[in-house]
Amino acid sequence: MTQESGTARLTLPVGQRDHQQGPVTAPVTLVEYGDYECPYCGRAYPIVKEIQRRLGDRLRFVFRNFPLTQSHPHAEHAAEAAEAAAVQAKFWEMHDYLFEHQRALDDAHLVQYAVALNLDKETFEREMTAHVYSNRVHEDFLSGVRSGVNGTPTFFINGLRHDDSYELETLLAAIEAAMSS
Amino acid sequence: MSFDKDQRENQSAQDEPSRALQPGTPAPDFTLHSTPDQSVSLSEFRGQPVILAFYPADWSPVCGDQMALYNEILPEFSRFHAELLGISVDGVWSHAAFAQDRKLHFPLLADFEPKGAVAKRYGVYRRPDGTSERALFVLDAQGMIRWSYVSPVGINPGADGILTALEGLQTKEISQ
Repeated sequence: MTQESGTARLTLPVGQRDHQQGPVTAPVTLVEYGDYECPYCGRAYPIVKEIQRRLGDRLRFVFRNFPLTQSHPHAEHAAEAAEAAAVQAKFWEMHDYLFEHQRALDDAHLVQYAVALNLDKETFEREMTAHVYSNRVHEDFLSGVRSGVNGTPTFFINGLRHDDSYELETLLAAIEAAMSS
Repeated sequence: MSFDKDQRENQSAQDEPSRALQPGTPAPDFTLHSTPDQSVSLSEFRGQPVILAFYPADWSPVCGDQMALYNEILPEFSRFHAELLGISVDGVWSHAAFAQDRKLHFPLLADFEPKGAVAKRYGVYRRPDGTSERALFVLDAQGMIRWSYVSPVGINPGADGILTALEGLQTKEISQ
């Protein structure tokens, strides 16, 4: 039983359950496992946006939750908040809002953000209190563990873990290489 | 690389394998300090699977580093009744501060004096760096190494290999 380096693969294929931006037919799918309270993910956020801007319809982007709850006390609830927004068709709006306000992710702020995004506040608060989406977040987390996620953010390009830097030029070059292969 | 090897051959090679101990090898027992006044022996965990996670150093400068990741995955390891032991050449005071800062809920063992002695016996000491490799061993309930893996030192190996190995132990037990 051996494990090769650099061959970590996404074990849960991208599918209906995922939050996706960009066409299903795009030649490259970029999957991020991220944590809304992780400063490195916060740094990666505008980089991914820029890559999406440059590649347009040639890229599909998927975000999955990987909250490191021992390091980041608000990460789990923030992830649940994005899932609660998803049910009200505002996943990406909340995803962006959380990364743009990642230093204020306590429960009171999460409700404020839901209101700012015109979510139904009562439903949002009820679902957050009942932790309706904690299973969903945990499913994401476990799929990441089984795929070799080794910190946040971890990116997969067409199902293969990207072991290099996620600085703009490096990540973009890796995606373009996958596009032409 | 060859320099490293030559140097190793000049050392007493008898109890220092030149590469990580492989599956099918009994895991060498050891006793190491986990805190200034407590020590842990591998033999205490006979009867349950053990994960040995050698890592180069405390205070890795990234969040979500290897030990923080395993800390999050402890509930999964617990499903297999597996005990996780982190091991580096750092001393007990460094371990104590690191564990407190990262809120780690498993023991970090100090392979500190003589430095790296346990890493050497498992074949995972990096002589030029004076640290251990980033190496993983999964031991079965009888203390036999059933899986081992040495990661490139800059790459956090994640936990998928560990979980697959623990599942393998269960399958084997059921079929016996």
